[in-house]
Amino acid sequence: MSEIGLGHYLTLSAVIFSIGVIGIFLNRKNIIVILMSIELILLAVNINLVSFSIYLNDLSGQVFTLFILTVAAAEAAIGLAIIVVYYRNSGTIRVEEIDKLKG
Amino acid sequence: MIAHAIFFYIFSIIAVISAIMVTASKNTVHSVFFLILDFISISCLFIMIGAEFLGMIMLIVYVGAVAVLFLFVVMMLNVAQQKNQWFQSKSSSRHIPIGLIISTIIFFELIIVVGGWKYKPDLVNSTNLSFTSDLTNTHSLGKILYTDYIHIFQISGMILLISMIGAIVLTYRQREGVKKQSYLKQISRERSEGVDVLDIPSNKGVKIDE
Repeated sequence: MSEIGLGHYLTLSAVIFSIGVIGIFLNRKNIIVILMSIELILLAVNINLVSFSIYLNDLSGQVFTLFILTVAAAEAAIGLAIIVVYYRNSGTIRVEEIDKLKG
Repeated sequence: MIAHAIFFYIFSIIAVISAIMVTASKNTVHSVFFLILDFISISCLFIMIGAEFLGMIMLIVYVGAVAVLFLFVVMMLNVAQQKNQWFQSKSSSRHIPIGLIISTIIFFELIIVVGGWKYKPDLVNSTNLSFTSDLTNTHSLGKILYTDYIHIFQISGMILLISMIGAIVLTYRQREGVKKQSYLKQISRERSEGVDVLDIPSNKGVKIDE
């Protein structure tokens, strides 16, 4: 119990990943919280990569975490821009009222 | 080692609770604040296990840029007053059981993967979570980032540039009634359009606007 190994970090990352998936499924409020859940999922992936990288003594995991960080920042910027444009056009970003595509 | 365990449990419990609060809190601004708390505790974990550079970069990128961007958009769209209505509306409540089932299945699959990987017979046996190198983490990361991964590094820079251009193009709005300078019109103007040489008879004068 007092020996923190790889399994602890992977379990933490699994918990955060599942919370992110729950957030995407159960959210009824607005799209911004869904974007935040996607950020949580990417964070869980980052925890996985970093802990494996430290554990196996291989730096490639940390390099790829850096690239995931870049892509996550770009994705957040584009997603928030799309949300701003949608709000300007339709006046709402509630998930239930976004049904233009009849999905 | 016991201190490491105590710190790990503290930070991970804070991270999990704040991740739950991100999805469950009623106010969107509170969700953003809990997201910041989550990123900070995870970056503390990164620093703790020896990935200092990534921990600091996560603080800078996520807390300094992404979370502030989220806060800014929340403030601009005036959605902070929209309360969370999970369990009141009828159409949403049918998503809840299937969402819970799917995320529990994902969780247990991940746990099973961890367990099965741990009991693999020819597993690399190194339980110490530390590098045995005299270089610092930042130094060794920079050594391989600018040599082996230079192309991917450049491509990630291109991704950032494209996302910046995309965000500007998406949110750009042409306003009516705003006087602007038109460089092309200025440059392409010629002398014959602007200047008119008149032959004015003496003692008559001339009307400027006819």
